[in-house]
Amino acid sequence: MHELAITQSMLDLVLKQAEEAKAGKVGKINLVLGEMTGVVGRCVQFYFDFLSKGTPAEGAELNFTEIPTTARCQSCGKEFELGEFDWTCPHCQSNNIEITGGKELFVESIEVD
Amino acid sequence: MEIKVVKDILGANDQIARKNRQLFDRHKVFVVNVMASPGAGKTSVIMETIKRLKGKTRVGVVEGDISSSLDAEAISKEDVPVVQINTGGECHLDASMTATALGDLPLNDIDLLLIENVGNLVCPAEFSLGEDLRILIASTPEGDDKPFKYPLMFHEADVVLINKIDLLPYLKFDVDAFSKTIRGINRKVKIFPVSCTTGEGIGEWVSWLLGRMGGG
Repeated sequence: MHELAITQSMLDLVLKQAEEAKAGKVGKINLVLGEMTGVVGRCVQFYFDFLSKGTPAEGAELNFTEIPTTARCQSCGKEFELGEFDWTCPHCQSNNIEITGGKELFVESIEVD
Repeated sequence: MEIKVVKDILGANDQIARKNRQLFDRHKVFVVNVMASPGAGKTSVIMETIKRLKGKTRVGVVEGDISSSLDAEAISKEDVPVVQINTGGECHLDASMTATALGDLPLNDIDLLLIENVGNLVCPAEFSLGEDLRILIASTPEGDDKPFKYPLMFHEADVVLINKIDLLPYLKFDVDAFSKTIRGINRKVKIFPVSCTTGEGIGEWVSWLLGRMGGG
């Protein structure tokens, strides 16, 4: 549900960048979505098709790079992907961990004409 | 032509949140963003907190709901300034909605502003409002597996209130395991088991909050 607000912010950001580059048309938008944000690419696409109508970004291809939730163990220092119902280090079973990835929510680049 | 952007999608919200924060700082208002699922007890915790703070600090409330003003009406009985925001469908408050509500509050007469976010464990975690403190209310009937399902919310919270602990005898909710899971990804979190029905734990939470407002 938060995808509506997030897609609108993303579109505003893309249009501003395109305008600054004096681009006529946005062909592709490369997005990075972390797993922890719970942002669903399919929903972003749905809202984007609707919100971008009549703008230079209408019809642009959305490309999603999805980042899994990762953590670094504070005891043994190893990095690992967070399990669904297990937040202990798979190497030393410590639960003293630090989240290192999965919170990303940004526009990496755009391709314009 | 490819243009490198590398900019946060919610950067515009963060910018407005920073402006809200400056406004709060100017008026010396300490701001708490109260987040939880629907029915976890956000309004009850706010009411209990207000009751315990009477005569100690001046409280104001912003109520965020998709629709209705039921919560604002309940809170206005406590004789504190309250503003209702109806998001009209949006599942969370954002910095700009908050900014709009601030114009209707006597900020010079408020020391502590409690902002009740929309009941939701996903979206509010993404949108900063300019707050000093993020509290998450997790109630025992919701189950002790919630951190695994909503990790961002538990990761971002400064305080977790485990509410409805008076119901523990009837539920399979392991407070120790739940607390351990949260601390695993969020070492700085403060956890207070509370019950708004019996009042248990509310005093500890309110004393801690007062200490924190005083810069502790």
